[in-house]
Amino acid sequence: MTVGPSAFMVLAGALFCIGLFGALSKKSTVLVLMCLELMTNAVNINLVAISRFVTPESLAGQFAAAFIMVVAAAEVGLGLALVLALFRRTRTIELDQVNRLKG
Amino acid sequence: MPESVAVVPFVVLSAGVLGGAVLVLLSRNVVHAAFWVLEVMLAVAGLFMLLSAGFLALVQIMVYAGAVSVLLLFTIMLTLRSREDAVRSLDLSWQAGVIALMVFAAIWTTISGFQLAIPTAPAITPGVADFGKLLFQGWALPFEIASVVLLIALVGVVWWLGDDR
Repeated sequence: MTVGPSAFMVLAGALFCIGLFGALSKKSTVLVLMCLELMTNAVNINLVAISRFVTPESLAGQFAAAFIMVVAAAEVGLGLALVLALFRRTRTIELDQVNRLKG
Repeated sequence: MPESVAVVPFVVLSAGVLGGAVLVLLSRNVVHAAFWVLEVMLAVAGLFMLLSAGFLALVQIMVYAGAVSVLLLFTIMLTLRSREDAVRSLDLSWQAGVIALMVFAAIWTTISGFQLAIPTAPAITPGVADFGKLLFQGWALPFEIASVVLLIALVGVVWWLGDDR
């Protein structure tokens, strides 16, 4: 019994949509960032799976996944720094209460 | 190296990924949600192992399970004013659910219309040594750009969180 590439694609799609649901509906900035991490992981699963099934010798998908990891690490670092800066300024991290452009 | 992907580990890891992701959304406590994110990251690392991407599994554990989840917990703890703030309402809106379902329907339609030439995994599985060689041959420029991106992110975070002038 073996698993084909479409099983991995369905799994990645489901994880992406769960992350999307959370990112759109959660009202805490930290939880939104967590859901964004779930979405990037779904994309990485897809890239690695397709690379494994289609071009295993060139490793292109694995390199793309590695660079996505770099960008995601930078993104979560900056995002959490932004959350901390927001908390310092407004004493809240609720998205509903952050509705002013003026600081 | 196995020539194909076995069903049982795939099902177990998929259940770990999807169940963990659902529990991230359903945890009322933010700290519990952060730990479920950590569990999802570890299950994804297992999936990478299953796909013979050992180096990426290692990086996944070090970067996501090691660094990102600790950063998430750190931020949660710095931004809670009291212990009771960690427990919050679920905040799940049906509009967001409709959008997510529509996106999933689109993905599902695309996948079911997608015919891949190779239904089973090829036997070739390059190891970490090949990964390193290829990285510094064809992918050297993106690699350097990635390090510049990380440097800029580091400087940006320090500048952002520095003392208010």
